[in-house]
Amino acid sequence: MRHKNYTPWLFLTPSLLGFLAFTFLPILFSLALAFCAWDLFRPPRWVGLDNFVQLLGFVGRESPAMDPRVAIAIAVAAGIFAVLSFVFLRGWLRVTIIVASIIGIIILCLQFVEPVNGRFWYFIGNTFYLLLGLPLSMACSLGLAVLLNQAIAGRNLFRLAFFLPSIVGGVGIYLLWKWIFNTEYGLINAVISLVHPAGGPAWLESAAWAKNAIIIMNIWATAGGANMVLYLAALQNVDPQLHEAACIDGAGKWGQFFAITWPMVSPTTAFILTMGIIGGFQGGFDSAYVMTRGGPAGATTTISYFIYENGFRYFYMGRAAAASWILFVMVFCLTLINWKWMSNKVNY
Amino acid sequence: MKERSTRAMTKKTPLGKVALFLGLVLLGITMLYPLLWMLGTALKTNDPAAILREGPGAGIFPDDRNILANLFPPVWHWENFIEVFAVSNFARYYFNSALIAIGVTAGQLITSSLAAFAFSRLTFRWSEQLFFLYLATLMVPVSVTLIPLFIMMSQMGVVDSYFVLLVPPMFGAYGTFLLRQFFKGIPVELDEAACLDGCNAFGRFIHVTLPLSGPALATLGIFTFMGNWQSFLYPLVMVSSDHLKTIPLGLLDFVELNSANWPLLMAASIWSIIPVILIFLFGQRFFVTGVRLGGVKG
Repeated sequence: MRHKNYTPWLFLTPSLLGFLAFTFLPILFSLALAFCAWDLFRPPRWVGLDNFVQLLGFVGRESPAMDPRVAIAIAVAAGIFAVLSFVFLRGWLRVTIIVASIIGIIILCLQFVEPVNGRFWYFIGNTFYLLLGLPLSMACSLGLAVLLNQAIAGRNLFRLAFFLPSIVGGVGIYLLWKWIFNTEYGLINAVISLVHPAGGPAWLESAAWAKNAIIIMNIWATAGGANMVLYLAALQNVDPQLHEAACIDGAGKWGQFFAITWPMVSPTTAFILTMGIIGGFQGGFDSAYVMTRGGPAGATTTISYFIYENGFRYFYMGRAAAASWILFVMVFCLTLINWKWMSNKVNY
Repeated sequence: MKERSTRAMTKKTPLGKVALFLGLVLLGITMLYPLLWMLGTALKTNDPAAILREGPGAGIFPDDRNILANLFPPVWHWENFIEVFAVSNFARYYFNSALIAIGVTAGQLITSSLAAFAFSRLTFRWSEQLFFLYLATLMVPVSVTLIPLFIMMSQMGVVDSYFVLLVPPMFGAYGTFLLRQFFKGIPVELDEAACLDGCNAFGRFIHVTLPLSGPALATLGIFTFMGNWQSFLYPLVMVSSDHLKTIPLGLLDFVELNSANWPLLMAASIWSIIPVILIFLFGQRFFVTGVRLGGVKG
């Protein structure tokens, strides 16, 4: 199949032009912007790493919370402990002790330094907190898939009912959930007051509960969606003979689940987890904007919401660009760690 | 999707079957209840006179907190669905959303399928490297490109226009990636046969590849359409004139103007999801295709 040299480029031109102009060029531009200060009104100013320092940097505390000599002694002890366990221990114990030592050393360091911008670290924490909904949602997806993967009347209708919440999305649905979480007249608190007469929390108006409210909404929106379909497909590829063999060996329902179903769907779990982390870490903007405007007191501000606010409300273009690159690096590292960890765990 | 049960071994007792069925019904109701409540709220009223006439259950702030009794009002106020168009520029928002979703989808299908054909069927220098570049940008968050894109557009003076809503979203590495995966699965022998019949590359694209890629094109089309119908951040940043606003932005204005009028708000929200539900009902099988194309490989 021969073709002229320029033929492929004819096919590529429309896509390539758009790709270069609207994706590739902006990425390069953004990289430069991250090292500038620019409010769009005055000319941009090169500030080097200042944006990153302002976001992630640390400065020494004026009055350390601890005697430095004590801290150094503890840090050295923890370090020796970590090295010893690295040399002599194996498996989970080793990992646990090393992680604990690192956390301990970080806590020690925090007695002497504090972040330049504590709020940004809080928003990173919010983003991680919202990610906690992912395993919950995945457990629901798997549970629904297992239930649906049996001969039962009206199976397609059930699948339709579970799938529907995942396709209706956007501002309309966020408004619906804002109404559902209404403290006085919302659906959730009405249900809670049936069993608990004192009523439920203030949900979106409460800094402690707003994140949980968004997690609940996300579980509703994703549990029966694409992830359930993926799990269902994976379950249908499990050889029934495996279950028969386990049954003959005397495994009960839960035994079969943990010995056969769970390992057999682990590639799907790895895939959903990876995609979920990539998506979830970048997410949280739409729901925060519509339901809470990032509040109360920044409790639902995620990294992407922070980028929007700084870029398009305060016109700190450089700082917003720097934050978006921090977001990219975090997503990239999380994905790498996840892949490495999963490639050890997955059974193909 | 082939349906078969893998639990051939566990023979269900009739009682167990009934319990499973009831459990699924309960779960289904739980999942759909928020949407039912949305409809119920949209049929209620905020008009004090109507509430006085029809009883407290007609409003959204009932004295009786029994939600099951209050799911639907005594009199259904369908007129809310019409009033939405009277109190705001909703028809215009609807038109804008439809125009943008359809236009962007058409553009995506054309550019992605052409590029995917080049990447999967034609040999040229730098093909591998270029495709890798496409893939690499899939990992970059939207917020990285959004800020410079906004600055570029505003420097060119095209921000707040149909151009900025329609053209930049037409190009995406994801569509190219998805279609390339599908095109690779089409047997090359068909291309060779067409080649012997004297087809050039463009002829093979039109007469062989495209006709065989119906499901993949439909899937990409549906996902692009839904994504753009619900797209929020991009138009929020790029557009400020009322006559250019899409439905998500219009809904937000609606909240600001009628903050406590939940019946009207929910009626507007239902209008915003009706096209999505229709597309889902008619294109159900493509959703499964899409999940699998993007998901399970090898």
